[in-house]
Amino acid sequence: MYRSLFPRDVFAEFDRLQRDMSTLFDYSPSIRGFGRGGYPALNVGSTPTSVEIYAFAPGIDPAAVEINLDRGVLTIDGERKPTLPAGDEKTTLHLNERFDGRFRRVVSLPDDIDPAGVTADYHDGVLHVSVKRRESAQPRRIEVQ
Amino acid sequence: MNDMTTSQTAAATREEEGKPARQDATLLPPVDVVEDATGITLYADLPGVPRDKLDLRVDGDQLNIEAELALAVPQGMTPSHAEVSRSRYRRAFTLSKELDPEKVSAELNQGVLRVRIPKAEHAQPRKISVQVR
Repeated sequence: MYRSLFPRDVFAEFDRLQRDMSTLFDYSPSIRGFGRGGYPALNVGSTPTSVEIYAFAPGIDPAAVEINLDRGVLTIDGERKPTLPAGDEKTTLHLNERFDGRFRRVVSLPDDIDPAGVTADYHDGVLHVSVKRRESAQPRRIEVQ
Repeated sequence: MNDMTTSQTAAATREEEGKPARQDATLLPPVDVVEDATGITLYADLPGVPRDKLDLRVDGDQLNIEAELALAVPQGMTPSHAEVSRSRYRRAFTLSKELDPEKVSAELNQGVLRVRIPKAEHAQPRKISVQVR
C-alpha cells in the first residue's frame, strides 16, 4: 500500500488510518445490525444446498433457547445464568468478563431458503442452525431432448 | 466462485507474508474468577472446544489455558460472516503463593471450563479455639 514519506496533512493521515481500521474490523453490517461483539458470537457460511449459522453460546441450557424463523429472518433468543448466585457474601468476584443475562441475535437469510428445512443442534457450547435452500433454487442441469 | 477462491488465497498469503505476528494470534477467552475461603474457581468460555483439544497445564506458578476450536463444518462451505475468525484460544494466569498447584481440578462442560484451585492447607482460614482454664 502506498504511504507518503512526508504526509502533508496529519489529520488526513489519521482519517485514512481510521478508515483502514474500520474496513479491517467491520464486515459491512446489514440493516438488521449484524454488529460484532455481541453474545453469542455468530459465524455464518453457505453451501449450495444450505445456509449454516454457528452461534458460540457456551454454558446455556439448549432447552431454554428459542429459535424462530419468520419471513427470512432468523432470531436466536435465550438467557444465560450468572456464575454467582446473587447475595453470596462469602465469595469475591475478581474477574467478571463472561456474559450473563438475556440475549438475542438476528440474522437475515437469503431469499431461497426453505422455512420447513431448519435443524438445530448444540454441541460443545456451539449452537448450530442449518437452513436448507429450496430445491427449485438449486443449480440443475437441463437435458436437451 | 473462482474469483472468490483466488481472492481468499491472496488474502491468506498476504497475511502470512505481511504480518508474521498475526499468524500466532489467538482468541482471548472471557473468564470469571471467584474466590472463596478455601480456594479460587475460574470459569472460562471456550465454545467449540471438545475435551481432547483442551490443553490445561500448571507450569511453576503459571496456569496456562490453550485450546483449539473443532467445528464440524460441511464440506464446501463458503464463510460469509465470521465473528470468531481464529481457531485457537490462549490465556495464562499467574497463581499466587497460597494456592496449591498440585490440587488443581478441572471440568469442561458445553464450552465452559471450570478450574478449581484450592488454597494450601496453611493458607486456609482456621478458627483458633481459646481454652479456658
